[in-house]
Amino acid sequence: MTSMILKGLFETLLMTVASSFFSYLIGIPLGVVLVVTDNTGIKPMPKLNGILGVIINLIRSVPFMILLIMVIPLTRIIVGTSIGPVAVIPPLVIAAAPYIARMVESSLKEVDAGVIEAAKSMGASNAQIIFKVLLPESKPSLLVGAAISVTTILGYSAMAGFTGGGGLGTIAINYGYYRYQTDIMFITVAILVILVQIIQEIFMRSSKSSDKRIR
Amino acid sequence: MDSIVSLKSMGKVFHTKNGDVKALDDINLDINRGEIFGIIGLSGAGKSTLVRCINYLEVPTEGDVYFEGKPLKQMGEQGIRNIRRNMGMIFQQFNLLSQRNILNNVCFPLEISGVPRAAAVKRAKELLKLVGLSDREKAYPAQLSGGQKQRVAIARAIATNPKLLLCDEATSALDPKTTKQILDLIKDINKNMGITVIVITHEMKVIESICDRVAIIENSRIAEMGRVEDIFANPQSDIGRKLILGDVLPNKEIVSGVKLRIEFDGRSSFEPVLSNMILSCGIPVNILYAQTKDIGGSAVGHMIVQISGEEEALKAKRYLDSIGVVYHEVELTEGKELI
Repeated sequence: MTSMILKGLFETLLMTVASSFFSYLIGIPLGVVLVVTDNTGIKPMPKLNGILGVIINLIRSVPFMILLIMVIPLTRIIVGTSIGPVAVIPPLVIAAAPYIARMVESSLKEVDAGVIEAAKSMGASNAQIIFKVLLPESKPSLLVGAAISVTTILGYSAMAGFTGGGGLGTIAINYGYYRYQTDIMFITVAILVILVQIIQEIFMRSSKSSDKRIR
Repeated sequence: MDSIVSLKSMGKVFHTKNGDVKALDDINLDINRGEIFGIIGLSGAGKSTLVRCINYLEVPTEGDVYFEGKPLKQMGEQGIRNIRRNMGMIFQQFNLLSQRNILNNVCFPLEISGVPRAAAVKRAKELLKLVGLSDREKAYPAQLSGGQKQRVAIARAIATNPKLLLCDEATSALDPKTTKQILDLIKDINKNMGITVIVITHEMKVIESICDRVAIIENSRIAEMGRVEDIFANPQSDIGRKLILGDVLPNKEIVSGVKLRIEFDGRSSFEPVLSNMILSCGIPVNILYAQTKDIGGSAVGHMIVQISGEEEALKAKRYLDSIGVVYHEVELTEGKELI
């Protein structure tokens, strides 16, 4: 049983880390575009901003369970299978990237407009403003956002157990729900709780220690 | 005179949901190289928009800005960025990067213009020494006082050796003592480095203490412009009088007689003008209001006196004419402001 749970733990971590990585790979640029093209942004493009907003809201309004099933054909194309932990990564990324884009957007919007104006007054280009002002200045807030996003992805990955996704979620469903082995269900849930605590703590601590505003 | 910045029939209209708002209208201004030029006005007069038009943070909707004779409108985005590197700017809220230490804040504009790291650090250290913060280079903005933050902002603004320094209400968030220190620093930079300075403020004392010339902005237009001594000695516009005299309110008791506002330039303040007038004319004089200020090392001011009787007033006027002191007869009616 221990080896089964360890395998599940490994799969859960794999899904969470890989999905978080790819979601951020899409989510950060998307969030930056949302802020930059906003009416009050450094390069207002209302149409692009509006279209992106609608797409993001559309994806975010589909329940994850439904999305998981809906994207099965796409998952098959990308990873060659629709079951197992790797197959959960594409739907997780599709669900989490728009969510992360919104988190990144709200973090970047916290950056004081005056600081951006100061950078402009020094002759900074838009790219310099993004990479030298917006992202570094919002780093502590981005890390707090990451604590929320990554724990959400962890939760979603457990949900994938219903479609044979693997990981702790699958164990909890197969043994705890279908076979009434409540003890195994409780153990997997406990491990998930501990994982959430650890992730939350890591990001909150690094946010605090990176923030130079409070000393 | 050689002007560094010229504004030619410049106007700015903001298009808002509630219709168009005219922030600036027909602004004509020449800033001379090496001077400290003040722009004063009440809040909402358009002075912040004006200073933002100079470095194109706001693009004028009419007329244009000329920097060293070249119109900004014809420059592309890259051209504007290059021009901005010739203009430093400081702000009321300092606008330092909160996640960078002081040294790296000063390095920031150098980094943007592609100066190699080692050279940037060397320059930043020099500047921190200049503003008296050498020992704090590893500190973060949150650990500094307002005055220290503004010093860092000044060091940052002049890091790229700009020809012009724009100060947008740079002392408005500071206490009087710190304000004086910051103004002294700006004055030093102007004198020693030859950087032209444009100061935006709503405080007359800022204009008095450092500016050579001043423009008074009211309702999006320039109400009055000239040398600070001249404007203080003899403000022509209503807003000018209001800003200089401050909150002088009418005294309901005193409405009779002739009221004269006597102006003192630097010369006459050393003479006992009023005593001499009383002695030579033999008339009683009632002082309603008096104020003197030290502007650019000379005492200027004005005084409002009440003289009962037309005949006596005529004598007084003749006397003032004869010694060459400027005066104006003022109306003083109940419910109206004194001047």
